[in-house]
Amino acid sequence: MDFASFLIQTLNSLQYGLLLFLVASGLTLVFGIMGIINLAHGSFYMIGAYLAFVLTSATGSLVLAVVLGIPLALAFGAFLEWALFSHLYKRDHLEQVLLTYGLILIFEQLRSLLVGDDVHGVAIPAFLDASIQLTEVMSYPVYRLAISAICIVLAVALYYLIQRTRLGMMIRAGNDDRGMVEALGININMIYRVVFALGVALAALAGMLAAPISSVFPNMGSHVLIISFVIVVIGGIGSVWGALVAALIVGFADTFGKVLVPELSGIVVYVVMAVVLLWRPEGILKKG
Amino acid sequence: MKSTFKLAGNLALTLALAAAGIGAANAADKVKVGLMLPYTGTYAALGTAITNGFKQFVDENGGKLGGREVEYFTVDDESNPAKATENAKKLVSRDKVDVLVGTVHSGVALAMAKVARDTKTLMIVPNAGANELTGPLCSPYIFRSSFSAWQPSYAMGEALAKKGIKNVATVTWKYSFGEESVAGFKEAFEKGGGKLVKEMTLPFPNVEFQPFLTEIAAAKPDAVFVFFAGAGAAKFVADYAAAGLKNSIPLYGPGFLTDGNLGAMGGAGEGLLTTLHYADGLTHAKDAAFRTKYATTYKLQPDVYAVQGYDAAQMYEAGLKAAGGDPEKQEEIIKGMESAKIDSPRGAFTLSKAHNPVQDIYMRQVKGDQNVMLEVVSKGLEDPARGCKM
Repeated sequence: MDFASFLIQTLNSLQYGLLLFLVASGLTLVFGIMGIINLAHGSFYMIGAYLAFVLTSATGSLVLAVVLGIPLALAFGAFLEWALFSHLYKRDHLEQVLLTYGLILIFEQLRSLLVGDDVHGVAIPAFLDASIQLTEVMSYPVYRLAISAICIVLAVALYYLIQRTRLGMMIRAGNDDRGMVEALGININMIYRVVFALGVALAALAGMLAAPISSVFPNMGSHVLIISFVIVVIGGIGSVWGALVAALIVGFADTFGKVLVPELSGIVVYVVMAVVLLWRPEGILKKG
Repeated sequence: MKSTFKLAGNLALTLALAAAGIGAANAADKVKVGLMLPYTGTYAALGTAITNGFKQFVDENGGKLGGREVEYFTVDDESNPAKATENAKKLVSRDKVDVLVGTVHSGVALAMAKVARDTKTLMIVPNAGANELTGPLCSPYIFRSSFSAWQPSYAMGEALAKKGIKNVATVTWKYSFGEESVAGFKEAFEKGGGKLVKEMTLPFPNVEFQPFLTEIAAAKPDAVFVFFAGAGAAKFVADYAAAGLKNSIPLYGPGFLTDGNLGAMGGAGEGLLTTLHYADGLTHAKDAAFRTKYATTYKLQPDVYAVQGYDAAQMYEAGLKAAGGDPEKQEEIIKGMESAKIDSPRGAFTLSKAHNPVQDIYMRQVKGDQNVMLEVVSKGLEDPARGCKM
């Protein structure tokens, strides 16, 4: 590999890692902070991508689709928390797994009934539909770089929200000791509703932003679900920074694995996970 | 109390026997067709197209096969290999179908083929392209109306070597269909004097192609050959164009790259050349008639899958005709199918010794939402059926 290729592969790794962070960030909130094993996380990603497809077809603009889609996803998340998840906090993890697995089946079937089983594409917004020439034959799409920028902004915003705001403090406190927070007169149910809605919206946003480059297709959520769990576990459950670091590690491992050890590219990521967990059983960064 | 139960039991048994008797009488008059296809999941559209095509031929044939009414038994295989054996056995043992038609997913088709061989049930594969089905696992009872993975890729290898292209890089998913496609391509391309400079694979269904595009840009081959299908194909073609490679290094592949997903590529596929045993813009009268009828019956545009379903029905009809319409006379049906000339919308074809179509492969070019036929690149291409002892 020459130096130019190495640099471009590094860029590929960063860009893929940041996209993975965007997908996994919602899961780290819901799984890490609320303690809910949410197998339906991939479905929210899928719903986001289909929202992008449907709304972009209707409005003619992905930007408008995202602006409309985020409040829809927030409302949907809050509704699900109120209707289903709020009954599960004191129950066993197994029941959460059953509920969220059932939701995957329901969402996929609804998707099939409402939009069908075809593969769809979403157009990249015109102002981002350009590319930067890197070598004489290779260029880099501006849209991918824009997604990376959005991911960095979101990572900082999430960190700020959880570490530096009053709401973040209540979220962290609720995670540590739910009973005490309630005793202090804080409406913990409302806080959980907000966190869950945020988690759903982040997953849906990831789906909406990824739609133009990944295309929109049935079962697309299941592809991101496992890698999201891997990232959350490597990063340390509940840690936003940890998820970011883990996503970047996975991005590098996957990209360079494909190039350097192609025969093993399917397992490189999982080998990395095993090594990290042997070294730090609780993940790279613990809660915080 | 006990005796009442017994009485009721006896009565039920008698009724059941009577019903079974009636059933048997009906069965003698009807041909039982077992359709084991995906009706849900990723391949649902393909399963539906195959079913539509099959039924269209039966309709054109007066609603009959071999002069008898057709009774359909349908199972949704969900493209799930884990359930394949059980589903196939249900059709064979419980429903006692005369012919098993299926399926799309190669893993499911391989499990079905085992059931068909073990129970000596006639089976027609209307899509699954695994070479093994008409290779090492070939059987007198197993026929295919579609293609082998080897066929379109071999034709592409020949065509590129003929164009004078020397160095090619390949990318595919690391699963059997992808690897068989690349192997078929490689065989013909190297025979014609070409060389594969880089063979890349990624685990299915991973679609993060950026590292490979970077590798391709660094290696600068004369052309790139890929096997991808469905959403992954749409993404690869779009990523390839977005990386600016489309203009400098031409991209080729078997037709699955562009079939059924041109809409999802949003113009990135325009001009691509692919090879397949079917195309838009064919000129035989049979194709025109087939397409018009299909479009008016189902309010859908027909595709290669519909053609393969249609031809599965044609093949069985040819077999039944040779056996005087009797689905029990299996040996004669098999002989009839082996010697039949199928007047397919894709162009007439015959069956090889291993029961795979000997067919023309077309070079097609993407124009708008169509894969338009440019020329026949390989006339009457026969799969080598390696490992078939029959």
